[in-house]
Order: sequence, then C-alpha cells, then structure tokens
Amino acid sequence: MKHTLAVLVENRSGVLTRVAGLFSRRGFNIESLAVGVTEDPDTSRMTIVVSGDDHVLEQVMKQLNKLIDVIRVSDISNDEAVHRELALIKVGVDSSTRAEVMQIVDVFRAKIVDVGARSLVIEVTGDESKINAIEQLLRQFGIKEMVRTGKIAMNRGAKIVQSEKK
Amino acid sequence: MTKAKMPGARAVIESLYKEDARVIFGYPGGQVLPLYDELYDADIRHILVRHEQAAAHAADGYARATGKVGVCLATSGPGATNLVTGIATAYMDSIPIIAITGQVPRSMIGNDAFQEANITGITLPITKHNYLVQDAKDIPKIFKEAFYIARTGRPGPVLIDIPKDTQVETIEFEYPEEVKLRGYKPTYAGNEQQVKKAASFILKAEKPILYVGGGIIFSDATEELRQLAESIMAPVTTTLMGMGAFPSAHPLSVGMLGMHGTRSANYAIQESDLIIAIGVRFDDRVTGKISAFAPNAKVIHIDIDPAEIGKNVRVDIPIVGDAKNILKTLLKYIKQEQVKTEAWNKKIAAWKKEYPLSYKKDNLLRPQFVVEQISEICPDAIIVTEVGQNQMWAAQFFNYKNPRTFISSGGLGTMGYGFPAAMGAKVGKPESTVIDIAGDGSFQMNSQELATVVQNDIPVIVAILNNGFLGMVRQWQELFFNRRYSQTCLSESVDFVKLAEAYGALGLRATRKSDVKDVIKEAVKSERPTILDFVVEREENVSPMVPAGAAINEILDLE
Repeated sequence: MKHTLAVLVENRSGVLTRVAGLFSRRGFNIESLAVGVTEDPDTSRMTIVVSGDDHVLEQVMKQLNKLIDVIRVSDISNDEAVHRELALIKVGVDSSTRAEVMQIVDVFRAKIVDVGARSLVIEVTGDESKINAIEQLLRQFGIKEMVRTGKIAMNRGAKIVQSEKK
Repeated sequence: MTKAKMPGARAVIESLYKEDARVIFGYPGGQVLPLYDELYDADIRHILVRHEQAAAHAADGYARATGKVGVCLATSGPGATNLVTGIATAYMDSIPIIAITGQVPRSMIGNDAFQEANITGITLPITKHNYLVQDAKDIPKIFKEAFYIARTGRPGPVLIDIPKDTQVETIEFEYPEEVKLRGYKPTYAGNEQQVKKAASFILKAEKPILYVGGGIIFSDATEELRQLAESIMAPVTTTLMGMGAFPSAHPLSVGMLGMHGTRSANYAIQESDLIIAIGVRFDDRVTGKISAFAPNAKVIHIDIDPAEIGKNVRVDIPIVGDAKNILKTLLKYIKQEQVKTEAWNKKIAAWKKEYPLSYKKDNLLRPQFVVEQISEICPDAIIVTEVGQNQMWAAQFFNYKNPRTFISSGGLGTMGYGFPAAMGAKVGKPESTVIDIAGDGSFQMNSQELATVVQNDIPVIVAILNNGFLGMVRQWQELFFNRRYSQTCLSESVDFVKLAEAYGALGLRATRKSDVKDVIKEAVKSERPTILDFVVEREENVSPMVPAGAAINEILDLE
C-alpha cells in the first residue's frame, strides 16, 4: 500500500541526505520524493510517497520524527487532499501524427510548451493516474524523453500541515 | 556588555567550559592544530591516547561511569574515521558523547584534499545528529545544541566537524542561554491515562515480570524500579545493558535474560502473562525467535524513544517518556494488597533453586572462577568488559549492586572496547577500582593504550581471561561447525606480563586457582596500571545458551 507523507523540515543543507539516508538504511522504499521551500523561508516541505504496510509506515514516521531537522511528519493519504504531479513528455511526431497528438493533449488539458520539426514537448499536470493515462496514449507515437516531478499534495479546506512555531 | 572577541578555536574551549566538559580524550593532527594550541593552556585535562578509536571508547566509558557527556577529539580524515567504531558503539548503546573533528579549510572541502574525509556523511547513520561548522560564528550555538541533543531524550553521540579556517577566524563569543530546536522535543512525562491503565494491568496480572535495561540506568530510576518490584512482588530480569539496574542478589532478581541468560529468566518471560518492559528494545539477543517470544504475555512498554515501541514486538500499552518519571507516577496507582503473585514467586523460586548459573568446580583454573573472585575481592568495582565469552562471564558471575558499575558494548559488540572504556571510566571515577574483564583476543585490539594509562597514570586493571582462542567464535564453531576451529586459535600468543612491563605497567600471571586471589589483591594494592594474565581452561563454554533462531526457553546447558 502507498502512503503520502507531508514532511516539514529545516531548510538547510544536508537535510535531504539525512532523510534519504534514513530510508535506505532502514530498508524503506521511496516511491517518489519532491521537495521545495514553504511559505516560511526557514522551512522546506517534502512530499514523500512510501510503500509498505501499516507497521512499516509507523516506523517510517517515527524514524523520520527522530531526525533533529524534521519538524513535523503527517500522513495525508486518507485525508481529502489535492494530489498533483507535473510531467514533461517529448513525443516524436511527423505531419501525419501531429494533429492526433495535439488532440490528446487537448483532451487531457495538457499544454504543448515546445514545438520542433519532429517533436513536441508536452507539459501535463494531474494526479498519478492521469499522467499514467496520457503516457500510455502517447506511447504509440514514440516517447523520446519523459521527466516527472514526483507527487506534491495539500489538504483541501481549512486543514493545514504546520510547524508549531507560530 | 561587550562580547569577547576570540578565534573559533578559543570559542570551542569556552563552549566546553560552559558545558563543564573538563576532560577530553584526543589525538592531534594537522587540521586541529589551532584547537590544540588553545588546549595547551586551557583548564581542561587532555588525555593523549595512542589511537583515535580509543579516544571515542574512553569518552564513552567516561560517560557511562559518570552520567556526564564524554568528549573526544581527532583530526580530519584518518583521525576522524578512526573514531567511527567508537561513535557507532556509543550510538547503539545510547551513550552521550561529543566527537570533535578537524576538517580541511572550507575552500578545500570536496576537493579530495590531503587528509580530507566527509565525516559528517560517514557518521550520518551512527550519530544522533552531526554538524559541519560552515560559519565560525555558529560555533557557540552548535556546541550548545550538540551537548543538549547528546544528553537529552534518548541520549547518543553527536559529531561536530570544524574546518581549520573556522578555528582561526575571529568571532564574538556569546553562549546561548537556551536551545531552540523546532524538530526536537523529547517527551519526559508519560501519558497519565496510559500509566493508570498499566497499573490496572499490573494489578490483574498473576505472572508479571519486569524486563529492564539501560533506560533505567540512564534515567537514574533504579530506586523507583526496586520500589515497584517489591510492591508488586514481580521478578526482575535485566538485559546486558541493564546489569546494575537491579541488584543481582536481590530475592526478586532472576538475572539476565536471552541468549546467555539464566533459565529462570527465560522460563519466567516465556510463562509470564504480563511483561513490564522498561528502557529496553526487544533486541534479537533477548527475544530469540520472535514469533515464539512470551506467547501468553500482554506487554507494557515504557521507553523514551517512541520508535522503539512496537518495532519488534506488538505492544498493548505503550508509554513514551522518562522511566523515572513514569515509574514515580505508576507507583501512585499500585495498591499492594491487590497483588496476587504468590504462586508465581514460588514457581520462580523453584526454578532459581533448580537452575543456578554454574560451572565445573574442579582444580582447573576456569574463567568463571576468576570473575567470582574479582566479585568477592572487589565488590564495589566498576566492571568494564570486552566482547565475547569474557563479557558473558562478567555479566553472569559478578554480583552487581549499583548502576553504572557494569560497562560493556552491548548493541554493537565491539571487541577492543573494554580497555579504553575502562580508562575513561577510571578518569571519571578515580576513587573506584576499575577492572576490564578481557579476553586475549579483544585486549589485543587496543593494547597500545597501555602507553596512555601509564603516561597519564590511570591505574586500571585488565583481567585477561586468557584461553588462547577467540572464545565465543570458537564456541560457535564447536557447536555448529563440527569443531572446525577456523582462524580462532591464538595459541602462539604474546607474553602479557612482559607486554605490561614493556610499557611500564605491572604484569602478573596466574595459572592455578590458588594464585587468583593473590594477584587480584596485589593489583588493587599496587595502584598502578596492571595486566593480570589468567591462563584459563582453553575450551570452556558460556552456558547456558539459546541457539540462534530458537525460542528462549529452548535453552541448552553446555559442558
């Protein structure tokens, strides 16, 4: 089972290594990890997708909490939350397929962000299943290159993941 | 008030004063020259070891014996990497030490400079936290935090890596009053509702057992533990790390549990209906086959580290907090008249009578006899051990009465730990007799420290149970590898008496039972660093023993 963790950490060098190192030495599996600064410049937020049963999840959360630089760990898997990932996909096209690809892009509300003679770069955001779906459809045209950001997530409504600082 | 201006190296010394750290075990080198220059006239006792590993172990032994934070210091690169085993040892046993290392100047970090090693990277998994000083003005804040992190919550080692250029840069020294760490707030109190629930479980139990470890010693909770045990009349078993947490000779003590535990302790755990686990982590050497561990018991687990609760076994009542606080609260809810453990205590008394720890009492010099004699002649000694058979015999046959009198590498099982740790313990507790119960194998891993104890006049006694073997590995080869003693025989061993003399220490040898008392007494009387070479039976086994992977009641008596 996959879990989505929102992890607030100190925004300083070496923190990512500490978190990644913890996962590898304790034998936990990271499915994806995205990190960036929050509304507070001293705080970064990681969204970590981890697979494992409830016992593994409990250990992951407890071990993360033991890191001095980790401020807060929240499991937002079961919360009402917006889950988003961004992907850039470079698809090979020619005059006969270009239109069809553009149609798919349209249906997925994706964007074409670069047009070349023989390729298009498509930007798509959405949850994991949406990105998987467009990837599947574009495969027939030949995906030359793809990059995904990893998931980020945020609770809907008033609920927030917040450090106790304020 | 104007803040004092000083170089970073001086700020390190001033920070150590603020933390009342007046002893350092260390070894100089290129990247710590400014620090050593400041140490030259600092009011700090610096003990020059002969190998940095010993500095880390000595700081650890000092911390275990005194309850204070131990400090070790080494240069960059190989100096720093030599500390690694000692840091890992302290980490596994939750010992508060500060390891200070020099680093190449900031501008050269990452260039594979001479004697450069990424020690913060290397020690990431074996420190509670570590720091690389990136700005000299952070030095006071980093030291304040490091000491705080090392000694609070679940204690552990913290490393501070200090580039040489930050040691010479001038800063304004101001030591912070308090620590502000958003991500670190240890829980001490223990949830009162949970404690209440635990009390009700305890009063309902017919076969409770207290399973206690190092956490009792670290939180100074031995008195509360004794009160609890006596008021609920429950047997007490200790882990290796918990030796001294409860008096070995107390009527409720069933001794150590686990792989080389007593039959009484292992049977009691397996038959219990309630385990009250305090400051322990259900280590594999304790539980044996985990699926067969204490099948009928409910578990109350008290620990300061939430990550230890539910890690290895399912827990019915988790209580996070400091053992002393929680035991105090728990005692309020215990009504002695409700205790119903009489039948249980009878059963345990019968086990204790039937299965005492024993060994063959003949005319041969057996290692267990040596430990018993040490216990008799030096009942108040601090016992430090190496790792292997010597460690188990020291745990089994010495009569422990007080906390912080048994010092041993429990989690990591570091051979070579005992002698330098004994040195640290003696520096911290100069009034105590400190005896390293050693094997000939382990001792040789750090025997160079004889020079240190002689030079610094640290009169520790090393009692080598000399069997010419790597005894514990040999024992496993005897039992599980058809007596094929592959690379475990050290029989062409050194002359330890001459070795002691070469360093200017006292060396004494005992080859017969009748010599044992005399040499121990002579060592104590001499007040000199002493090696006692006990030439013992070569193929003695540690008994009883639970084979790896078996349930802990499947216990064997070995010849």
